[in-house]
Amino acid sequence: MSIGSVSLDRAGRPDAVLNADALRADARRQALGLLALLSPGLFLVFAVIIVPIGWLFWLSLFDQTGQLSLANYARFFEQASYIRTFATTFKVAFAVTGASVLFGYPLAYMLSQLPRRAASICLIFVILPFWTSVLVRTYAWLVILQRRGLVNSWLIDLGVIGQPLPLANNFAGVVIGMTHIMLPFLVLPLYASMKTIDVDCLRAGMNLGASPAATFRQIFFPLSQPGLASGVVIVFVLCLGFFVTPALMGGGKVIMWAMRIEQATSLYSNWGAGAALGVVLLAVTLALLGLFQWLLGARATGVWSSR
Amino acid sequence: MTKGFCIHGPAIAGLLASVAVPASAADTITVASWGGTYQEAQTKAFFDPTAKELGITIKQDTTNGLDDVRLQVTGNAVKWDITELGADECARGSKEGLFEKLDYNVIDKSGINPKLVHDDWVGISYTSVVLIYRTDVFGDKGPKSWADFWDVEKFPGRRALSGSQATETLSVAALAKGTPIDKVYPVDIDGALQSVDKVRGHIDAWWTSGAQAMQLVKDGEVDMASIWNGRAGTLRKEGAPVSFSFDQGVLTADCMVIPKGSKNKDLAMKALAKFVSPDLQANLPLYVDNGPANEKAFETGKIPQERIKDINSAPENVKKQVLQDPEFWRDNLVEATEKFNNLIQQ
Repeated sequence: MSIGSVSLDRAGRPDAVLNADALRADARRQALGLLALLSPGLFLVFAVIIVPIGWLFWLSLFDQTGQLSLANYARFFEQASYIRTFATTFKVAFAVTGASVLFGYPLAYMLSQLPRRAASICLIFVILPFWTSVLVRTYAWLVILQRRGLVNSWLIDLGVIGQPLPLANNFAGVVIGMTHIMLPFLVLPLYASMKTIDVDCLRAGMNLGASPAATFRQIFFPLSQPGLASGVVIVFVLCLGFFVTPALMGGGKVIMWAMRIEQATSLYSNWGAGAALGVVLLAVTLALLGLFQWLLGARATGVWSSR
Repeated sequence: MTKGFCIHGPAIAGLLASVAVPASAADTITVASWGGTYQEAQTKAFFDPTAKELGITIKQDTTNGLDDVRLQVTGNAVKWDITELGADECARGSKEGLFEKLDYNVIDKSGINPKLVHDDWVGISYTSVVLIYRTDVFGDKGPKSWADFWDVEKFPGRRALSGSQATETLSVAALAKGTPIDKVYPVDIDGALQSVDKVRGHIDAWWTSGAQAMQLVKDGEVDMASIWNGRAGTLRKEGAPVSFSFDQGVLTADCMVIPKGSKNKDLAMKALAKFVSPDLQANLPLYVDNGPANEKAFETGKIPQERIKDINSAPENVKKQVLQDPEFWRDNLVEATEKFNNLIQQ
């Protein structure tokens, strides 16, 4: 018996079933089509992200004799220096993020308030160092900050200080150097979000009798928060994996996680030692991103911003 | 280890040794070294004359050390026929089985310290760790021994030691507590660490590359430091107010190996034999401060008399220094380095 005769026998319903079937098949076809369109992207993500990270994780599970073991992870608890390096890494990341906000927020605010032409000229001064090699900028800071450097010799010549300030080859030097490098990563998203703030909101606030300070606190600052949050997240996460500046400006006394990875790779004859450090850094970074997401809302990390 | 030459690596990477005779691909070998002025000197001293004599092409590359060799050998992608390493790296790589056996019927080992002649690696040159101080701070009454360097009351001032080369800093620390130069090896690691602990609070920078050590001294960031003699010599040539000597220096050797799986093993063996021959070894100090590993080089008459006293491996200077023992560090490097890192980060 043909389907056609069924539709004639029982009025209405079989037609709806037929329709639903057709729609379902269509939807399935469309989903498959979309999946096919996505497949190059999915393949790319698989090949350049999933496979290497999986491999890194796999390598981290082998000890020097090539046996499966947790020796590479046990080292973190046996050697106090790893914990110390970890603590230093976070101390530096917090200090640099704090300093970046301190300098970056007023800078972005000023840029957002300037007339378009002046703002774009000033933005060039933010972006220009961004394009210069990190190595060059770090060496420049060394020249400026060291014991017989520009800052100390000026201050001594002016009679402000008697002894040179310890600005390089220590924690302060690392924070200064890294803040300079990180500043654009904070200023650019912050500026972008400040530019989208509707000036009428501020006018309305003033119109209702709010002081400029209150307008800023109650209207401008909350509206700029998404930009600030994403800037903070970018800066903080980048700081965690920083290598060049702490290696040159820290005088060997500020050892960050990435420097330990380099040391471990050359000291141990198995890749596992360095790989384990990488896995730990990755895990902690992901956990932090999750924490930021939870604390600052979806827009902060930008990962699920479309929701 | 990397001796900091690799900073200049890219400048020389891929450089082709010039050769008069056109050679087929089979007559080409690739040699990797640390780059920079050191590799330029090696090109003039070893690579060019060898290429000419054997009628082959020597291609050059730069290395970062044992990791690179391990990566090539374990990944079955050996692109070098000969590579330079630090002697302790050679000893470690040998234990890991990363190198081809050397044929001492082809390579003449006479004149090379037996401690640097092994089944699968051979010494090629020496670097010394020396004590340098600024004469604009101390005049000529600066610290002359590591005990002086450790004496922060008699010699106040800012100090730097190597943070990346634990082996060298621990050797120096053993000297500082009064160990005679012939008793430093085997190093009493815990004793040396205690010695480092005493001076630790007075160290203003732990350097991690030769270039950094040089910059710290040159810019007056520190008044005294441990430094490689090549870098110290460059500072003196540039007219920086510094003084150093080979007294209580630590002689560290570099070595050459043929990575396991080299496609031109036999040719590499012949080239390596040339590199360590007294005649070509004598060329090296004409271009750079790293001394020849073959002491017969000093008998060739090629090195001017007045130059000999400045060469770290000249017999007179060797007597004043400690020879770092690569096989000791092969067995103790990891443990000692972890303990050392732990200490200097406190």
